[in-house]
Amino acid sequence: MKPVKRKFDAVIIGGGGAGLRAALQLSGSGLNVAVVSKVFPTRSHTVSAQGGITAALGNVTPDNWHWHMYDTVKGSDYLGDQDAIEFMCRHAAEAVIELEHMGLPFSRLDNGRIYQRPFGGQSMNYGGEQATRTCAAADRTGHALLHTLYQQNLRARTHFFDEYFALDLLRDADGYVLGVSALGIESGEALVIEARATLLATGGAGRIFRYSTNAHINTGDGLGMALRAGLALQDMEFWQFHPTGLPGSGSLISEGVRGEGGYLVNNQGERFMERYAPHAKDLASRDVVARAVALEIHAGRGCGPNGDVIHLKLDHLGAVLIKDKLPGIRELALRFAGVDPIDAPIPVVPTAHYMMGGIPTNLHGQVVMPARFGPEEPVPGLYAVGECACVSVHGANRLGGNSLLDLVVFGRAAGNHIIETLRDNPFPRVLPDNAAEAGLARLARWDQSGQGESVAEIRIALQTLMQTHCGVFRTEALLRDGLTQMDALETRLGAVRLTDTSRVFNTARIEALELENLFPVARATLVSALARTESRGAHAREDYPQRDDDHWLKHTLYSRDGDQIDTKPVRLKPLTVEPFLPKERTY
Amino acid sequence: MRFSIYRYDPEHDAQPRMQTYELDIEPAGNMLLDALLRIKDEQDSSLTLRRSCREGVCGSDGMNINGSNGLACITPLTGLKQPIAVRPLPGLPVIRDLVVDMTPLNQQYKSVEPWLNNADPAPEIERLQSPAQRAQLDGLVECIQCGCCSSACPSFWWNPDKFVGPAGLLAAYRYIADSRDQNTDARLDNLQDPYRLFRCHGIMNCVSVCPKGLNPTAAIGKIKTLLVKRST
Amino acid sequence: MSGALSNWLVQRISAVVLALYSLFFPAWLLFHWPHGWLDWRGLFAPLPMRIATLLFVLALALHAWVGMRDIFMDYVKPPGVRLALHVAALVWLASCVVWATAILWGQA
Repeated sequence: MKPVKRKFDAVIIGGGGAGLRAALQLSGSGLNVAVVSKVFPTRSHTVSAQGGITAALGNVTPDNWHWHMYDTVKGSDYLGDQDAIEFMCRHAAEAVIELEHMGLPFSRLDNGRIYQRPFGGQSMNYGGEQATRTCAAADRTGHALLHTLYQQNLRARTHFFDEYFALDLLRDADGYVLGVSALGIESGEALVIEARATLLATGGAGRIFRYSTNAHINTGDGLGMALRAGLALQDMEFWQFHPTGLPGSGSLISEGVRGEGGYLVNNQGERFMERYAPHAKDLASRDVVARAVALEIHAGRGCGPNGDVIHLKLDHLGAVLIKDKLPGIRELALRFAGVDPIDAPIPVVPTAHYMMGGIPTNLHGQVVMPARFGPEEPVPGLYAVGECACVSVHGANRLGGNSLLDLVVFGRAAGNHIIETLRDNPFPRVLPDNAAEAGLARLARWDQSGQGESVAEIRIALQTLMQTHCGVFRTEALLRDGLTQMDALETRLGAVRLTDTSRVFNTARIEALELENLFPVARATLVSALARTESRGAHAREDYPQRDDDHWLKHTLYSRDGDQIDTKPVRLKPLTVEPFLPKERTY
Repeated sequence: MRFSIYRYDPEHDAQPRMQTYELDIEPAGNMLLDALLRIKDEQDSSLTLRRSCREGVCGSDGMNINGSNGLACITPLTGLKQPIAVRPLPGLPVIRDLVVDMTPLNQQYKSVEPWLNNADPAPEIERLQSPAQRAQLDGLVECIQCGCCSSACPSFWWNPDKFVGPAGLLAAYRYIADSRDQNTDARLDNLQDPYRLFRCHGIMNCVSVCPKGLNPTAAIGKIKTLLVKRST
Repeated sequence: MSGALSNWLVQRISAVVLALYSLFFPAWLLFHWPHGWLDWRGLFAPLPMRIATLLFVLALALHAWVGMRDIFMDYVKPPGVRLALHVAALVWLASCVVWATAILWGQA
């Protein structure tokens, strides 16, 4: 049966913060935009972001975007591209103000301005005293942001394809991206969406790990699509482990808790971050704090009956502040850890949280690949923003509060670039008849029934493998062993069969398609981690404990074809200001 | 633990049925969603439900649990009477198993125009709002659109096409209560007919099931008060 | 003021009247405990008492009207049937009010 065909000016895959911000820009300019999302947009993972969105508004302490830029470059362990970082920090304030004008219910200061709280890695005067830079709506900033953007898109009459699972990019022989094939989850029927611009905003892939703060839906679907289209992924070895996830469930306990004055203690009752980061203490960068927590637990100074957690103490903040500024955290702690943070510390462990790497783009959100004329040639018709993309503003380690900012700044930038491009190129290219074939074939593969292993078994095996072989600390032996095991797992994946044959809302089939995306992302992570023989930001190699700027001040590019690793230089030159040259990173 | 779960696949079943599952799971520290996903992973991959954040903020897994609506991901197994009866949210068309068609809810949500309207030129900085004005939005902006409230409301069951329902009315009041919004009059006009607002008879089912502890009935009462004030 | 809002207001205000009378009447009864039919009639002899009671009956009828209209709007979809039920309810409630007036003033 031939799939139904729809035509739009632009198609956006993913209904989280990045996708919705870009969609709003496009709908607002009068273009016909479709947002394809495998969940109803407000179920996207942006909704779980807690602490806030960083912008140098200076509402609480003196501030300017230069300091924000310095902190972000330093936080990235000098791997971030400084042109993109300048672009993001320069536009941060206006992006946040714009959200406020849309109605985002920010918490407020007494003078009526947006409430800001201190976050990790923030400083005044290029490394001076702690800055207060993260704009917050209590501890539900992501929820407030996502709902506001969704509402604005309703107003702008964006077309939503809710509960449609994107399968593969459509390309012509010249490599132009011309849309996407998708599966209607409710109907079970395939759909071909033709568009003059295609934007990937599919979010992260934290579900490659067994313990992750990420939602079940974070399966790297856009990354799988990019790899299958022959594109490379950048810096995939850099995964942020958040220092404070709840053991077991993995739910995130916001950095905002430490921003409001909470701190970590070991089983001696010692505030151990004073040893690891004498100046910034608990508000050092996340990679630094996560490693410290892991080391404390490893050294036998963990808390709890098994000594496998660290305590996050905030009872000294008082009930009033906790209820006013951290109500969501209290709810999570009560529900998932059985403790009321007003009375007792919250048990936490480092938990996989954020993918700094992703689909390489320039600061207009255009996907870029090495080609004839240089390492960063735009792939015509294809854009990527948000966690699935790598512009790269986060480099080797993202600062808290910069991810929501990334979504809105680059979501808008990509939208603007698409508007211009479509205006200058009004004539669509012809979509080849067979453009959707690969995606539909993948779908048909899961129609084979019979006996075999289950999707769940393989998925859990993959997640366990990544957890044990590619965690906070890595070694060559561990990574190599992981790759060998992954080869075996991938063979087993070929023999997996579905028992659910219904077409209607077949979530078993969706989970199978998601697993097909998790695998290449996990493999990209292992191969890239093995290649980078240094420790930088979130990538900590026990066998190469030092940062090696001579050899590794560059981005990795992973291609699926032969597990190949290429590199490209870091863009050390900002747009207008002087570069921040790499130096030793201490907090 | 024993579970009795509503099953219906329109392709294979003429009638819905309740299916029993046994699962070896420690109730302490586990939520209903953990159990459902383990049943799906280990026993029956065809069991169909929505889930995303698994921590009570995305609103995907609203369902009827032992007769009361709630989110599976934040309903502890401890304290649930066995066999735990799990059904789809009532009053909405069932697509498959625990998955319902949320279209009526979404339509009503859209109908209240849940976005900020302010015709003044935007200032270069944020529109100022005092902490007290912002506090008016507490208990309104936390809604996650899970649908537990509206699908627990008999008035919404009978008139899902005409009655906005508690979720939509909460969203309507969220913008009425916002000091930055200038559209209160039009928002009140939009609700002033025999059905859209006034089908609420204040039975407060919405309040007792809301997984976020919100109070749509209070918000509805405030809208009615504003209508009275406006007409006198 | 729109029909919907006034209906709702009528329901609320009539509820207040009903509540007041329900508090007042048992007290009245307690102080003037009737020992026979004549006493019982005497209870309603003072004009203020008759007005209060008539108000109560009026409020009851209005309250019932809004309630019944709500029920018909919720459950009865065919417009013809609903209209017939509305008319029947109105006629019945109006006759109750007329009858109550007749009782209160007829014997005086």
